[in-house]
Amino acid sequence: MPLSAQETEVKNPPVSRPPLDPHLKALENEAIHIFREVAAEFENPVMLYSIGKDSSVLLHLARKAFFPGRVPFPLLHVDTTWKFREMIEFRNEIAEKYDLDLVVHSNPRGKAENITPFTHGSSIYTDIMKTEALRQALDAGGYDAAFGGARRDEEASRAKERIYSFRTPDHKWDPRNQRPELWNIYNGMIKKGESVRAFPLSNWTEVDIWRYIQAEDIPLVPLYYAAERPYVERDGMMILAEDPRLELLPGEEVQHGMIRFRTLGCFPLTGAIRSSATTLEEVIAELEIATVSERQGRAIDRDQSGSMEKKKREGYF
Amino acid sequence: MTAPASTIAASTGATILPFAESLAKAGARDMRPLRLITCGSVDDGKSTLIGRLLWDTKAVKEDQAVTLARDSGGQNDLGLPDFALLLDGLQAEREQGITIDVAYRYFATDRRSFIVADTPGHEQYTRNMATGASTADLAVLLADARVGLLEQTRRHATIAALMGIRQFVLAVNKIDLVGYDKAIFEQISHDFRQFAQGLGIRQITAIPMSALKGENVVFPAGNGAMPWYDGPTLVEALELATVRSAQAGGFRLPVQRVSRPGESFRGYQGTVSGGAVRPGDSVAILPSGTVANVKQIVTFDLVRNAAVAGDAVTLVLDRQVDVSRGDMIVSIDVQPMTGLHFDGHLVALQPGGIEPGKRYWLKSGTRRQRVMIEPVSQLELSTGNWLPHASTLAMNAIGKVRLSFQEQAIFDTYEQNRSTGAFILIDPDTLNTVAGGMITAKREDFGGIEIHRDGERVILSLPADLAEQLMATDIFLKRRNETEIRRVTAAQAVEFFSDAASDI
Repeated sequence: MPLSAQETEVKNPPVSRPPLDPHLKALENEAIHIFREVAAEFENPVMLYSIGKDSSVLLHLARKAFFPGRVPFPLLHVDTTWKFREMIEFRNEIAEKYDLDLVVHSNPRGKAENITPFTHGSSIYTDIMKTEALRQALDAGGYDAAFGGARRDEEASRAKERIYSFRTPDHKWDPRNQRPELWNIYNGMIKKGESVRAFPLSNWTEVDIWRYIQAEDIPLVPLYYAAERPYVERDGMMILAEDPRLELLPGEEVQHGMIRFRTLGCFPLTGAIRSSATTLEEVIAELEIATVSERQGRAIDRDQSGSMEKKKREGYF
Repeated sequence: MTAPASTIAASTGATILPFAESLAKAGARDMRPLRLITCGSVDDGKSTLIGRLLWDTKAVKEDQAVTLARDSGGQNDLGLPDFALLLDGLQAEREQGITIDVAYRYFATDRRSFIVADTPGHEQYTRNMATGASTADLAVLLADARVGLLEQTRRHATIAALMGIRQFVLAVNKIDLVGYDKAIFEQISHDFRQFAQGLGIRQITAIPMSALKGENVVFPAGNGAMPWYDGPTLVEALELATVRSAQAGGFRLPVQRVSRPGESFRGYQGTVSGGAVRPGDSVAILPSGTVANVKQIVTFDLVRNAAVAGDAVTLVLDRQVDVSRGDMIVSIDVQPMTGLHFDGHLVALQPGGIEPGKRYWLKSGTRRQRVMIEPVSQLELSTGNWLPHASTLAMNAIGKVRLSFQEQAIFDTYEQNRSTGAFILIDPDTLNTVAGGMITAKREDFGGIEIHRDGERVILSLPADLAEQLMATDIFLKRRNETEIRRVTAAQAVEFFSDAASDI
């Protein structure tokens, strides 16, 4: 029996944005396809939400994929407890605004053993507060698929990662034994205990992310835009100096300057760049002439070549 | 620290290189990204070529370049780092010095962006080449000017053609090492054109280049090195290539999921994989064959008045019909093939190969169903000939196969639609992807076994393949003189069956 017109009609908004250019549209279509495929084939998916710009794009695409329904899976934020204050505020606002199920997890060892990036070094700290915490949260939730915002252009070991990236029951990645991935036909069959990390942004580049944020008017944590902020210089990085837990070392002093962040992580491990870009247009203009890759601000990748691959094998996202 | 080009500066003291990418690059791109695959034999210089592409289009960031310089432990005689290190991302590869997997690279020019599937040249990794080729619009095939076409080069061209690639660039690399000899370039181009003709490839651009020196890759060769060549550089050729579109042909929407956010809305979500659709169009839902009209095309941004191939949409139909994931919504006048028996090509991807008679999972579009595979012949890659074959198709083998389903399957031929004509096979035990395949035809549905009595004799009518198997058994051979074999065509058989049916 036909439904009445009134019941099913979706109305156009009074003002709509200009259409995306074909390049971004193709990337958007691919991401939406991946979201829907995972949501349909897995029993209990979750989206890893890091609050950063890639996560913001990922969330926007998820909302598009399931419109007019709501996002049919929870968002998981692994909170190391050392995130920027503005990130946490932003996260909570977004979850409420878009009616999202937000799951926040912190490794209880952090508090129990007082593990901090200052006392334990970036490697051990990351291992416990990010990698181990993520495993705990995924196990606790019993998730069989986790969406992530990783892109293949970020880092050499990512260039070979599949869109559906398989994980053993103990969350290990075996880069040498990945399933072939042909066309856009994804094999979502897994055994009990195994899981999949799904990467809808695999084929996006950093420039694509920024242009999409601009075209779609996606809200971001303000730290991405330049502002006069307090910072200290440490190990060649500019560290934001607003959290009382940051203790100044001998010889260090708080300076003030126009800075912004290209990526957002844990504030003690994330370096700022000097910038006067206070608007999205200015950020993109900077990006176009920047010759330093975005992960450069991250202490994690710097130890040695292959460091990210090593972390991923061990279960880092 | 000053940075004249802008105010950006990394706090590590990194300096800004003296070039500035064109801001036009960030402007709207009026083309979809071109997906390409690079292939060729080991040592043809493939990694160097891709490294050169990334380097000259400024896709290599400064800190990556620093890591590169550090890891290569020195530079080559042109003062450039070892580009291959930039590409071989996995530690295992660095240790072995070979590329063992498909890697994806991204670069852009002012006019277009590109996604490169960088695949290994070693024969044992043919499966990875097939993987990379499955999504590619164009293949760049490398040949070393000093040695010409190798068997491996021909293999790769064959696989690429089989996977549906119709545009080729023949990169005659290391032309500097043969003294920029025009005759050598022309001989290799000629050889390839002749070979490609047999594969049905007509669109070939041959370019003489030196990837190491950067000649005819992004920039033309300078200093009068090749005054005899006035064709495009590699990047120019790539900018002009066309992106394959599935917009011609009938409308196809494999249903990914049914959206029911509330009682008042029911929409069918999926990516249009062929043709176009407008509100008001009549559509059929396969395999049931139910007919409905499209009422609305819903997206997050707006309700649209059309959707074309590639668009991820939500369709609302004008009546309540039974539609679920795995179904396909298609145009009513140009429908795909449905049936239980199809012919196809497939590439075996895993060490276990493809076993005849085993029941695999087949996934095509959003539909997953059980299938039996029967290999018919195997492609001899060195000659391009199909050889009769009935046993296991080993890893990296390319075979012609017959597919038999228990439930209705829905396909176009791969030639007609690269999306609804493609499938993967999943091993029911390991759940790994074990083959990629392409539908070539639907087989006539006279696969049934019929028995009827003719006086004292029993006439058993069997499909040809089954008859052959039966006739090969000992018990049959012993009683050979009691049987009569008639070979008939499919049309005759259909007639025969209908006659037989009316007799009973």
